[in-house]
Amino acid sequence: MNLSKKRRAFLNSALALISTLLIPAKGYARWDETAYNEVDIADSIRSIGIRNPGELRDASKNIELSLPEIAENGAIVPIKILSKIPKTERIFVFAEKNPQPLVSDYMFTPDVEPFVASRIKMGETAFVHVIVLADGIFYRTARQVKVTIGGCGEE
Amino acid sequence: MRLLQHLTALIIFIASPQAWSNPEEDRQLFLATFAGNIPDVPISQYIYGSMMLSEDALNQYESIMDFPPFQEMVDQGKKVWETPFKNGQTFANCFGNKGTNVAGTFPYYDTTHEQVVTFEMALNFCLERNGETRMSYVDPETMGALSAYARSLSDGMLMQIEVPNAQALTKYELGKSLYFKRIGQYNLACASCHLTHGGRYFRDELLSPTIGQAVHFPVFRGGERLYTLQMRYQRCMEAVGAVAFESGSETLNNLEFFHSYLSNGLPLQSSVYRR
Amino acid sequence: MDKTVRFRVRLKDNIADVKIMIFHPMETGYRKNKHTAEIIPKHFIHTVKIGHNGKPIMEVHWSRSVSKNPYLNFRVPNAVIGDELSIAWDDNMGESGAGTTTIS
Repeated sequence: MNLSKKRRAFLNSALALISTLLIPAKGYARWDETAYNEVDIADSIRSIGIRNPGELRDASKNIELSLPEIAENGAIVPIKILSKIPKTERIFVFAEKNPQPLVSDYMFTPDVEPFVASRIKMGETAFVHVIVLADGIFYRTARQVKVTIGGCGEE
Repeated sequence: MRLLQHLTALIIFIASPQAWSNPEEDRQLFLATFAGNIPDVPISQYIYGSMMLSEDALNQYESIMDFPPFQEMVDQGKKVWETPFKNGQTFANCFGNKGTNVAGTFPYYDTTHEQVVTFEMALNFCLERNGETRMSYVDPETMGALSAYARSLSDGMLMQIEVPNAQALTKYELGKSLYFKRIGQYNLACASCHLTHGGRYFRDELLSPTIGQAVHFPVFRGGERLYTLQMRYQRCMEAVGAVAFESGSETLNNLEFFHSYLSNGLPLQSSVYRR
Repeated sequence: MDKTVRFRVRLKDNIADVKIMIFHPMETGYRKNKHTAEIIPKHFIHTVKIGHNGKPIMEVHWSRSVSKNPYLNFRVPNAVIGDELSIAWDDNMGESGAGTTTIS
């Protein structure tokens, strides 16, 4: 093996390392179209690798989930999540009654805090479920957001 | 007892729309009504509209305003404001103080041309005077964005509308009478919701008081538009099942004149998020 | 470098609080064009990759349920002035964008 081959081998393994770095759960390296196209909340939750929703551990106290009680506008609902569960690898967000419930999936390395804030769309009053994958175990919490379409609302 | 006094005052007020108004008395009467509807809320909070009564709503407002999704549109407005016209002039040259801290004096009564001039009209006059084409008063992408940026140069300025003479008072009166006129399928006047029920629930809507409404336009209401105050009047008129008056019409200009006067003393901010 | 990404970073106690906005329509595929009544095709960012000094630190997958002009806030520990933060996005129509900023 000459030097350039060695270098290439090193580069290849480095690239492999980088690409595996973001794959804490098997099979979800890439955006999973199937999971994001599920229309039923149960199927949607199963699609991320949970065979039995009963295996989800309640972690309402260890997942800080901030959502409005009543959304001012369903097109722009602020959401903030902080996981206090050690070794948090992923945070999934589901809006139960959206046409496709899986909203987003955040994959964390140890080089970033298990915290994320974003803004989501919600078509109607529904539970927002947050599932955290930490050290191979799935945890859950949920909150209801009321979406009203009043006479004065827009779009 | 205090409520009874307000009600009596209100009845006299509504029953005598023909009498000449004293704008400052009107403003005080509105304030007294809201003090009855929502006691303990300082007037400085009125700039947040109905959100001042809901921590949940105010949290969402602050969260959205922290990094507004409509910034891109305001930036488009900035570009239009800063780009010189073909003759080399700019919008800034059309306004006193280069357009900074001026919006709080609009609408004003132009004694020479005997008309109410809104800020958006002044933008169009500026275009016209410099040989450019006017913008449509109902186009959120041009007038909405330009007004949003131009008004942001007056952020923090206190509203200070003046009614300088009898002619101006006539315009004010016309705006006021529309404010109290019941219109549309729902037979509602602006006052039915935003004076009588200002700060209260009407069905499932928490209604903003009239005072504080005029200082925060154009607004972003989700979606992809910035609405000027008059575009918002139009949506409101449609919501009560009425045919809306045109943006830029004398009717809505007079309404804006009256409506803005009532927010005198409150700080301007452009643009903001509203539901 | 494009103009689709805007950063706002605040450094405190070596933790960078990073806020980004990506200017993107995030169309659901359910909306109709008001004038033509035609359905506006779905068009949304599905992947966002985030790096700190060139090293991947976070990956984000989104659906059409993320609001127009997506906003994202995350926190990077062990950050100092001069560090580089980068993001790269891809959408379902094959479009992509990227942005970097230096912590100051």
